[in-house]
Amino acid sequence: MIRIKNLHKSYPIGKDSLHVLKGIDLHIKEGEFVSIMGSSGSGKSTLLNIVGLLDEHDEGDYFLNGQEIKNLNEKKGAVLRNKFLGFVFQSFNLISYKTALENVSLPLYYKGVSRKERQKIALDYLDKVGLKDWASHLPNELSGGQKQRVAIARALVTQPKVVLADEPTGALDSTTTDSVMDLLKDINNEGMTVFVITHEEEVADQTKRIVRLKDGIITSDTINVQRNPVKTV
Amino acid sequence: MFDLDRWREIFQSINKNKLRSVMSGFTVAFAILLFTLLFGIVSGLKNTFEGAFVDDAANSMIVRVWKTTKPFKGLQSNRRIQLKNPDYEYLEDKYDSKIDLMTARIFKNFSISYDNKQDNYSVTAVHPDHQFLEKTLINEGRYINQLDINESLKVIVIGRLIKSDLFGEKPALGKRVNVGGISYKVIGIFSDDGGDNEERVAYIPVTTAQKLYGNNNYLSQIRIGYNQDLNLDEAIAFGNLIERDMRSKLDIHPDDQSALSVRNMAEGRKGVDVFMIALFFIVVFIGSGTLIAGIIGISNIMIFVIKERTKEFGIRKALGAKPSSIVGMVVQESVLITTIAGYLGLTLGTYILSLIGNNLEKDYFIKDPSVSQGLVIGATIVLIISGLIAALVPARKASQIKPVVALRAD
Repeated sequence: MIRIKNLHKSYPIGKDSLHVLKGIDLHIKEGEFVSIMGSSGSGKSTLLNIVGLLDEHDEGDYFLNGQEIKNLNEKKGAVLRNKFLGFVFQSFNLISYKTALENVSLPLYYKGVSRKERQKIALDYLDKVGLKDWASHLPNELSGGQKQRVAIARALVTQPKVVLADEPTGALDSTTTDSVMDLLKDINNEGMTVFVITHEEEVADQTKRIVRLKDGIITSDTINVQRNPVKTV
Repeated sequence: MFDLDRWREIFQSINKNKLRSVMSGFTVAFAILLFTLLFGIVSGLKNTFEGAFVDDAANSMIVRVWKTTKPFKGLQSNRRIQLKNPDYEYLEDKYDSKIDLMTARIFKNFSISYDNKQDNYSVTAVHPDHQFLEKTLINEGRYINQLDINESLKVIVIGRLIKSDLFGEKPALGKRVNVGGISYKVIGIFSDDGGDNEERVAYIPVTTAQKLYGNNNYLSQIRIGYNQDLNLDEAIAFGNLIERDMRSKLDIHPDDQSALSVRNMAEGRKGVDVFMIALFFIVVFIGSGTLIAGIIGISNIMIFVIKERTKEFGIRKALGAKPSSIVGMVVQESVLITTIAGYLGLTLGTYILSLIGNNLEKDYFIKDPSVSQGLVIGATIVLIISGLIAALVPARKASQIKPVVALRAD
């Protein structure tokens, strides 16, 4: 699903440039539940942004669903994101003046689904995350956990190939963290590829594969036996 | 291309951000309102000044005489000057090419009666051209013609109000009226835009007046309509030329304004023209300044709005919005607001002008202020296009920001 070879990324900082990713090799298959662990500055967010087509890499190869990602313009990037990717952000990134239902149906609007169909599908997904009764509420009327569940519904609504979650529990307390992680596990159990970035061991422990990143290099890539009944790789 | 979903997005965005929308709309509405009022009031001023010339032909000049105030060539001052037929013929021959219309005037006052009704009226003896110089409008019958002059016929053209005074609703044409003891045939009835006083006047042929009242060749005034090909400066020079020429012909001191003067409409028009041109430039300057202020206002607001929405655009792009959809949404919203606001400003401005109407004519010389639809629609279109560009430039820039950068914005 995701195949990365010798990926490099630098950011210019004044006259110098900061080498963030120093040759990443990573292969994620369909249906995996992977977490990228690392302290801040390890380059894990940069990796997610590149995988999520929110940013471009400098060197190396990146294949998403068999398609090489290279010299992508904003328009093509938008189409691929809409088709293959769903995002869950640490700060939720819901649009503040839209209701939960409207937020969830927005990706379908950009996909070109009709209004009626959009609302029906969006309501189904809100139901799935247990927030059907909150459909007409604005984000500021929801708790942090509820907001993140709306965001997860929004990430799933287009039935993407991969869900990318950037510190999905970073702004949540431990109880809500568990409920959000349970939701992500459920999604994975249904066959969805889930790619989580975190710096919390407890969160990484709940995924099936843990990749550790330090200073832009992968230091370890292990199967979480505890969570993996069938041993792969 | 009507995209209902796009419109829903826009109305939601406007609705949820009322203050922002109202502010940008207000800038445009206010600019158009000021623009409308400004041009309306100037058009009102123009109407007043142009109205001052409605009464008489614009190319008219009048040779008037009174008493000398300066001795000249051994002649005493305080001498009464009299225009006579030879003076008329002299001007007519000498300046033929510069004269379009010409008439003498002899002012009289008579009691006019019909049946048992009678009243005093001014009676002016004229040549046929007087009709065009005075802008007399014939309602019934005809004006004095050359045959009346040649034959010194006892015919009279009466004003609308004399007709209603003496005849009421009954027909007057062809009837005979008694003018100071002499019977005249009514050949025409006229009206005049100069007001009631000018419709309580009667006209008779010059020759008839001279023959019947004093049997002389005296004239009160000579009125000339100069050739329309002359520009204002040439017309003014022509008036001065006649003035000098007549003064020397009648042995009047060259500077004796009281003894003989030429009242030239061209001089008044020249003054008004210069004034209107100056006013026009002032208005164009202030008007375009108002529009530019409006344009800058909406540009500022759009830049701010787009900056404020950068994160939202980042979210939308992460979810699959193409840059074109973001640009389209912002531009459409901006154009919608400017159009509605421009229309409101225009309507309000036109309404205020219609309220003013003629109320300010007396004190402020503003008569019937109005603006041409074309002008205001043109101004609104300028603002709409500015709104479009004001939104397009920053929106395109914002839509090209990488989502990862846009998402970091606050």
